[in-house]
Amino acid sequence: MLKTRIIPCLDVKDGRVVKGINFLNLIDAGDPVEQANYYSNNGADEICFLDISASIENRSTMVDIVKKTSEKVFIPLTVGGGIKSLKNIRELLKAGADKISINTAGIINEKLIYDSAQQFGSQCIVAAVDAKKQNNSWTVFSHGGTKDTGIKALNWIEKLQKLGAGEILLTSMDKDGTKTGFDLELLKKATNILDIPLIASGGVGNLKHFRDGVAIGGANALLAASVFHFAELSILEVKEYLRKENIEVRL
Amino acid sequence: MIKNVAIVDYGLGNILSTQQSFLKVANDNNIKANVIITNQPRKIAESTHIVLPGQGAFETCMRGLSSIPYMINELTKSVINNKTPFLGICVGMQLLANISYENGEHKGLGWIDGQIKKLPTNNIKLPHMGWNEVEIINNNKLVEKGKLNEYYFVHSYFFDCEYKKNIIGETDYGINFTSFISKENIYGVQFHPEKSSNQGLELIKNFLKL
Repeated sequence: MLKTRIIPCLDVKDGRVVKGINFLNLIDAGDPVEQANYYSNNGADEICFLDISASIENRSTMVDIVKKTSEKVFIPLTVGGGIKSLKNIRELLKAGADKISINTAGIINEKLIYDSAQQFGSQCIVAAVDAKKQNNSWTVFSHGGTKDTGIKALNWIEKLQKLGAGEILLTSMDKDGTKTGFDLELLKKATNILDIPLIASGGVGNLKHFRDGVAIGGANALLAASVFHFAELSILEVKEYLRKENIEVRL
Repeated sequence: MIKNVAIVDYGLGNILSTQQSFLKVANDNNIKANVIITNQPRKIAESTHIVLPGQGAFETCMRGLSSIPYMINELTKSVINNKTPFLGICVGMQLLANISYENGEHKGLGWIDGQIKKLPTNNIKLPHMGWNEVEIINNNKLVEKGKLNEYYFVHSYFFDCEYKKNIIGETDYGINFTSFISKENIYGVQFHPEKSSNQGLELIKNFLKL
């Protein structure tokens, strides 16, 4: 049986891991390479690096951090944030990244999703979507959650799948940082649309939230940051709980 | 004896991780090893261990490999004639088949009889992405039988192996498919040992010891 993946996400700014509450109020929480190594040794199924400053301040990507990580960490590594071109993607893959997550650049230029999937394979293209509920549906926000694109989120993820994305990383902006659980309604709707794996993100605060993301939301992987970064929960705790709830995990 | 590991570079995917994983294994186990990434057939001839990675589409990979002058010749000479230990990873394993039906019909190396087919999509998502178990059904030198073996997979096509004697391990995802094959000095894994934490590194260690 395929296992549900637990993915700690390290938001990186200026080469350091930071915590995010609704994308603002950042607190420094450590070195990315050491953290990735720690998580890998403590049950993480994958690691995700997100350069949260890149879209806003046009910062260059984190090739160096990725290289150093690939010397120490032997589980899949996804890198995102400010990725704009096939050249960026190639650079990161060459430095040791396994998957690249694309958000804003794919909204501005859909062809980047298609071209990168064609060139590097769908398996290394993760399409990241930041969605916010407005009235009765969800809208896509770009540029690190600062710009309302007016695009309907569910239409967009369907489009991303058609363009060749290998996975969807779906973040609920309403839930992100609140620790009140994933947006299960959004996840359920996305699960119904998608034939490719869905990574749920935003809002997880306790063990039951993890379970609900899979059992109710239908997610194939669960991404979390602060609950792990500040050791409120350990990945092993989460996995042991999920196993008790009859969700298959790697322990 | 010093090991000379050649990782074949034909322009695709993340092969740095493969190199790093071999270096780590060598370092942790006091195995003297040079681990190079190369697209030079000459280096293949000099190696004691050959690793063929692979990511993306079968046709792209096969074309990439074929585009390097004398590469396939040299690989064949080393692996088939001289019996140099060989490990194919992911699409690098699939290239061992006779034929692939991914986006058309494409010829493979034909070193282990089989065909590459798409995983059936009833009620499962593709790609098959994440950690899954490999049940070892035949004794081999890389992975112990009877242990719980979990590795990281990313693929939508699988190796439909012609002969049972070449099947080392199987994995359940919608169907029970062949995820680990072998024939004499040739090994092929559908999963990524270089991304499968300690269990993956263990497999690499045992391969290095061949």
